[in-house]
Amino acid sequence: MSFALLFEQLLNGLQFGVTLFLMAAGLTLVFGIMNFINLAHGSLYMVGAYLTLAAAQWTGSYLAGVALGLAGTLVVGMLIEVVALRALYDRDHLDQVLATFGLILFFNELVAILWGRAAQFASVPSFLSGHIDLFTGSSYPLYRAVIIGVGLVVAVLLWYVVTRTRLGMLIRAGATNRTMVSALGINIRLLYTLVFGFGAALAGLAGLMAGPIYNVQPGMGELILIQVFVVIVIGGIGSIRGALVGSIIVGVVDTMGRAFLKPLLSTMITPTAGEAAGPALASILIYLLMAGVLTFRPQGLFPARGT
Amino acid sequence: MRARVIGWTLGILILLILPPLVMKLGQPFYLDVVRRIMILAIAAVSLNLILGYGGLVSFGHAAYLGIGAYAVGILAFYGFTNGWLQWAVAIGASALVALGIGAVSIRTSGIYFIMITLAFTQMLYYLGISLEEFGGDDGMRIKVKSQFPGLVNLADPVAFYYLALVLMLISVYLVHRIVNSRFGMVLRATKSNEARSRAIGFSPYPYRLAAFVIAGAMCGLAGALYANHTSYITPGLMSWQQSGDIMFMVILGGMASIAGPVLGTFALLVVEELLKGWTQHWQVVLGPLLVMSVIFFRRGLAGIFYKPDA
Repeated sequence: MSFALLFEQLLNGLQFGVTLFLMAAGLTLVFGIMNFINLAHGSLYMVGAYLTLAAAQWTGSYLAGVALGLAGTLVVGMLIEVVALRALYDRDHLDQVLATFGLILFFNELVAILWGRAAQFASVPSFLSGHIDLFTGSSYPLYRAVIIGVGLVVAVLLWYVVTRTRLGMLIRAGATNRTMVSALGINIRLLYTLVFGFGAALAGLAGLMAGPIYNVQPGMGELILIQVFVVIVIGGIGSIRGALVGSIIVGVVDTMGRAFLKPLLSTMITPTAGEAAGPALASILIYLLMAGVLTFRPQGLFPARGT
Repeated sequence: MRARVIGWTLGILILLILPPLVMKLGQPFYLDVVRRIMILAIAAVSLNLILGYGGLVSFGHAAYLGIGAYAVGILAFYGFTNGWLQWAVAIGASALVALGIGAVSIRTSGIYFIMITLAFTQMLYYLGISLEEFGGDDGMRIKVKSQFPGLVNLADPVAFYYLALVLMLISVYLVHRIVNSRFGMVLRATKSNEARSRAIGFSPYPYRLAAFVIAGAMCGLAGALYANHTSYITPGLMSWQQSGDIMFMVILGGMASIAGPVLGTFALLVVEELLKGWTQHWQVVLGPLLVMSVIFFRRGLAGIFYKPDA
């Protein structure tokens, strides 16, 4: 196991981590502010990937596809908020889980009707296809490096918007005391719809960037959604900082586990044991991590105030 | 009260006369459908004990369905086809896993509880996928159904149907007795006001854990039945969609009511069958129906007939 390989897998973990972060940020914002648990967040990830793919084929330009895909996911997110989810803010979490579970069934099947059940092929645009050289001497796919860059830029932007702007101030105020904010003359419904749409667009961004790496197919959102739940539970639900730290931890642990657990177990115990237990252990590693964190810190690593 | 007795009698009567009726009509397929519904109703009834009466929103109840089914499947794979042994292992293993999961999960509450139960079930799901020996992702056929020599032959669809009916009624009665016992009253008290139940000297943890284990064991039995019903085990039984389905059955029927989960299971699965017969894209219709039922139908089907017990 050379250092170059280790470093490359670390980057892969980081890339997976920022994808998780883009999902987790929206989910945790919506939870922190509206106290709403949205299982259909994974559907928005899928919608983003499909819309971008369709728009890119239609316009013939990747960047136009990205712009249209993001705008489309934003609109879809705001639409489901207005039509269905708004009525559920003051219900308990159980009702929210069930209603958004219904939405997942709807979106997965709708996508299957429109594009079929088979995985769609999303290609990396030519200007992002090459490799870059790492200081370790090996090369790394440019596209994955760009994902890491975009994710980190979004994280900084998000931090800036939430802590340094008027909109962010309203968001934080809305999370603390909804009634007070609306009494001060703020249209809290509109604010909620905006936050939800914004979270949807982030999920769409994660989906469209993940498209060329993972499969674009119905149900793709749920695979990542459950990992995102692990992230926000580890990080502390409602905390953006927690979402960032949790994403990186989960992304790196999961990627490292899949890459190195099998050879590690093979050399430490026996090859057959590694062969048998390696993949199984790798796929449950993050859940073990979550159980461990919750045992010692039931509120996550960075508990948000007030929850 | 009277309406309740009439409802139960009518429902049981219909289920009793169904087999001769469909056999006469030459439609044994419907027997299969109803048997599956009754088996899953056991799972829903068991979830209702912790979700409805205990307030524990477990998003991982399918785990026990899977463990019960895998216990039967794995024992059959190694040639142990004795039904008593298989089902005892199914129930015991489910109870044991529920004890482990519950011991960790019940320390948390609210949204964290939902998530951690989901995560544990995901672990078991991936474990099922990684069991290459027992079919891995594709699942495995069970060649011989559980054997109860001299008692009942599960290969006979009508006999199996009546067995499922009896077990469903027993599980309903059992939950009814549990929630009306002293134990059940404490459990309900911890749901309605945790601080007060602590104040009068009842720590919720052991009561919740015990209920969690009982529910897991009951659902394990449903899993053993389900494995015999399909003669097939697959990790899909432990998928989170399956957990969501069971949850929906309980909520649709009406939480914390005795008949609710049974009604909900029938309603959900009958609607599902009807939609499946109509279009292959039935989920595109079912999804919005479920959303609307949550928004507009707050107390579930049982709420139409009577007020919930709790």
